[in-house]
Amino acid sequence: MESSILTLLIFLPVAGAIIMLPFAKLYGKENPHIYKWIALVTTSLQLFLSWVLYSNFNPAMSITESPFTVQLDWITHFNIQYYLGVDGLSMPMVLLTALLSCICIIASWNIEKQALGYFSLFLLLDAGMMGVFLSMDFFLFYIFWEVMLLPMYFLIGMWGGPQRMYAAIKFFLYTLFGSVFMLLAMLALYYYSDPHTFSLITLIQTAGSIDAEIWGMSVKYLIWISLFIGFAIKVPVFPFHTWLPLAHVEAPTAISVILAGVLLKMGTYGLLRISYPLLPGEVVNFSYILAVLGVINIIWGAVNAIAQIDMKKMVAYSSVSHMGYVLLGMAAVISESPEGAQAGLNGALMQMFNHGTITAMLFLLVGMIYERAHHRWIIFPQDYKQPELAGQIAFGGIGAKVPVYTAFVAMAFFAGLGLPAMSGFISEAMCFIGGFSVFRTLTIIGTLGILLNAIYFLRAYQRIFLGPLNEAYKDLTDITGRELITIIPLAIIVLWFGVYPAPLLDMIAPAMDGIIQIVQSVI
Amino acid sequence: MSNLSSLSYYIPELIIISAILLIIILDIIPSTKPYTFNLALASIIASAFFLCQNYGESHSLFMGMIALDPFSHYFKYIFLFATFSIILISRFDRQLDKKYASEYNCLLLIVLLGLFLMSSSVNLLMIYLSIELVSIPSYILAGMLKNDKESNEASLKYVIFGSLASGLMLFGLSILYGITGSTDISGISSALQIIEFPLTIYFPLILILAGFGYKISMVPFHFWTPDVYEGAPTPITAFLSVAPKAAGFAILIRIFYTMFTVGGISEGAVTLNGINWPALIAVASAITMTLGNLLAIQQKDVKRLLAYSSISHVGFMLMAFVFISPEAVRAIMLYLFIYLFMNLSAFYMAIFASNKLNAHVIDDWKGMGRINPILSAFMVLSLLSLTGLPPTAGFVGKVYVFAELFKHQQFYWLAVVAILNSVVSLYYYFSIVKAMYLDEVETPVEAIEAHSVIKWSIILFSAQNLLFFIYWEPLIEFIDNSIHLFEV
Repeated sequence: MESSILTLLIFLPVAGAIIMLPFAKLYGKENPHIYKWIALVTTSLQLFLSWVLYSNFNPAMSITESPFTVQLDWITHFNIQYYLGVDGLSMPMVLLTALLSCICIIASWNIEKQALGYFSLFLLLDAGMMGVFLSMDFFLFYIFWEVMLLPMYFLIGMWGGPQRMYAAIKFFLYTLFGSVFMLLAMLALYYYSDPHTFSLITLIQTAGSIDAEIWGMSVKYLIWISLFIGFAIKVPVFPFHTWLPLAHVEAPTAISVILAGVLLKMGTYGLLRISYPLLPGEVVNFSYILAVLGVINIIWGAVNAIAQIDMKKMVAYSSVSHMGYVLLGMAAVISESPEGAQAGLNGALMQMFNHGTITAMLFLLVGMIYERAHHRWIIFPQDYKQPELAGQIAFGGIGAKVPVYTAFVAMAFFAGLGLPAMSGFISEAMCFIGGFSVFRTLTIIGTLGILLNAIYFLRAYQRIFLGPLNEAYKDLTDITGRELITIIPLAIIVLWFGVYPAPLLDMIAPAMDGIIQIVQSVI
Repeated sequence: MSNLSSLSYYIPELIIISAILLIIILDIIPSTKPYTFNLALASIIASAFFLCQNYGESHSLFMGMIALDPFSHYFKYIFLFATFSIILISRFDRQLDKKYASEYNCLLLIVLLGLFLMSSSVNLLMIYLSIELVSIPSYILAGMLKNDKESNEASLKYVIFGSLASGLMLFGLSILYGITGSTDISGISSALQIIEFPLTIYFPLILILAGFGYKISMVPFHFWTPDVYEGAPTPITAFLSVAPKAAGFAILIRIFYTMFTVGGISEGAVTLNGINWPALIAVASAITMTLGNLLAIQQKDVKRLLAYSSISHVGFMLMAFVFISPEAVRAIMLYLFIYLFMNLSAFYMAIFASNKLNAHVIDDWKGMGRINPILSAFMVLSLLSLTGLPPTAGFVGKVYVFAELFKHQQFYWLAVVAILNSVVSLYYYFSIVKAMYLDEVETPVEAIEAHSVIKWSIILFSAQNLLFFIYWEPLIEFIDNSIHLFEV
């Protein structure tokens, strides 16, 4: 049982998607109920399994010792293994993925158009995400990484907003561009390491001794760059972020949640899982640039978010900003004080988890108002189809009309701007503490981001919920039971980890210490 | 081996020859005319059966004219499979005139015979004859739609380009004969090794490369490809895009690894007299894939798009050809095998689209996802494989080719060019996906079923892309056993 749980986590959604297919003949493709329920049952089972995994999880055990690890030969002459494992780095991501997948199925309950396609593709996407977080073989990792792209392309392209086709292909091309470089890095690691292997655990020992040159540059440096391009596009790191606002805005609500909540984390997860342990020397050389990029992300994302008049776009840019904290925290791994390095790396991973939950809340809440009002402008644009409304505040005063919804939005916004007692505060603070121990000036600039975040969140809140009630929305209905189911678990997590982050910290700290040790050993 | 004793190793070819003759006779008699189709298929199956019998043996047949070795065997399986599938599909294609079905089948079998010879010729004369035996019936097949202007144009263009290319090649071959005094490729090989003036070798080498490059549509000898592919009947296009290409690679590998390489295919072999033909191939490979991809982007016609895509795939395969090693040959053979399935299924989908929907340009494919959901889903799989993304076999093929670059630690620039190309290729392959699924259709669509043979061919061929992704080790083992080239 213990060794099959990881396999189940990945392939349960695939099974769910396959089970759906025979029903297409029986019920027709347009009848959504059966597919919804199959998807819900599958993702709930997956969530349950991930909980079982968590409750039996021992953070102190490394991958090689863990009873959950599966290591089987797949293609022997290429030394490709079916190698799954879980440690403190992947555990929170697995929980996040399972939780958000389940919530997103509930959030997609109103999908009527081609339900079979939607839910089966969603489950395939789910399987790909799980696979990425559990693979300990680079080849396997790469496969799952790429497997996600196709479902995502269809989910954005078929069920998205007006510009969905452009957004879908842009997302696909950008990510593929990054991942083909990763493919080269993967093959380089395989052929330059001795013995040739894709195992990420073995490579930790062997990658360090790579000592060759291509075009007068060290191979390790080139591998690092290639990997970084692949991961940076996913994060996304400035200047590779331009696919993100478009994809997030055009995607349907549940897919935006997955994009921001899980897919963005894969970039930073990849850096922590592959680049950091395998190429610590390059991490040390590169950390300053990483911190600079992180701070640019924080500021650039926040400034852009301030300029947005579309709620979803604002939230999308806030993601860019929040991922900047992660980068800053990660860069702090070279800190001379052990506390600084720990704070930075732990903060980064916690921020990955917390941002996943907070941004999921934000996107879900934006989706709710969009479903009711059929638009999500904060201020109508100048070229709005009704010229008399152009430049006007779109909502206004609906706080009294929909109090429960407003309360949740307030909470999500405050969590987003890093108010104490919310989970975002803890992780952001830790990232800054870590960053401050190495990059003083940069971190000080970075803290400006908190202020900027407050500007757009508070201003949006004020424009939408406060003031006199806009008569156009006097019939607005409050949050429904189904929507509450999606939002309450996230709210609880945000509050819980805001007040008491110890469970999360205990889970990740040993794994982070391992990474710190590897990197510090080469300074 | 003497001519008479060679015959016992020549049964597969003899079966095909007798089937060709029989079909011509059966065609004359009205009552037996419908059976030519069955006869053609039966002869292919019989030939495959006898081919299996002497797998793994290496012989020199017909006084050293033809080599029988596992390498040619492997390609012969590919030819048999492709021809079988094409003959089967053609019967259910509406575009082709059924009145000429027996001629059609007969010509395809002649091409098949030529392909067999191409993969196993070891003598310059045989090489030239076999290439012509493939080319001439292909010209006719391309113009099979007698009343179609484009088909006629395709045929004519094919003839003109083809004759030019084979003329150049013949010139190259005659120079080789002139400087070495032998037509046997191993004889030439040993004679060439004492020639010190490299230009003497470069000149025929490039001329020969022109001939083969034309067969595999390598840039700059690719100009015929889009027009012929567009104009020819779709089953013939599908056939031309796989079988002669595979044969072109077979003969390219055999000639270059025997004549222009010292030490044959084995590890550590070097090029003849320091002639740097790998660099030449590397440049050709980069140009081929880049040009093929860039031109494919602008195509509106699906067949034309697939034509350019096939050019870019040739570029990918040539990438592995740059390295002289068994693994490089393995990468090409694996890629060809995978390419066979993904390309055929994509073309069969085009047959379905043109037969049932009269759809030729990408825009006509709109709403395909709802017209035939099952086939469209499998088409996506094939396109994914053509792009080279996991979880498909196309990815495996690409990884093996890239792996060669890293194993030999050379030509990294080619790797960068190639990966950028695979990103570009995503764009145009997915323009088809976009039309099938994403584009809005104004009029309500109704489901249209394909003929079951076409349907199952598409499904089974596309499914190979998944199958050989999940587990490809047996395939690699089979290829490894087939790399043995006949050597004297």
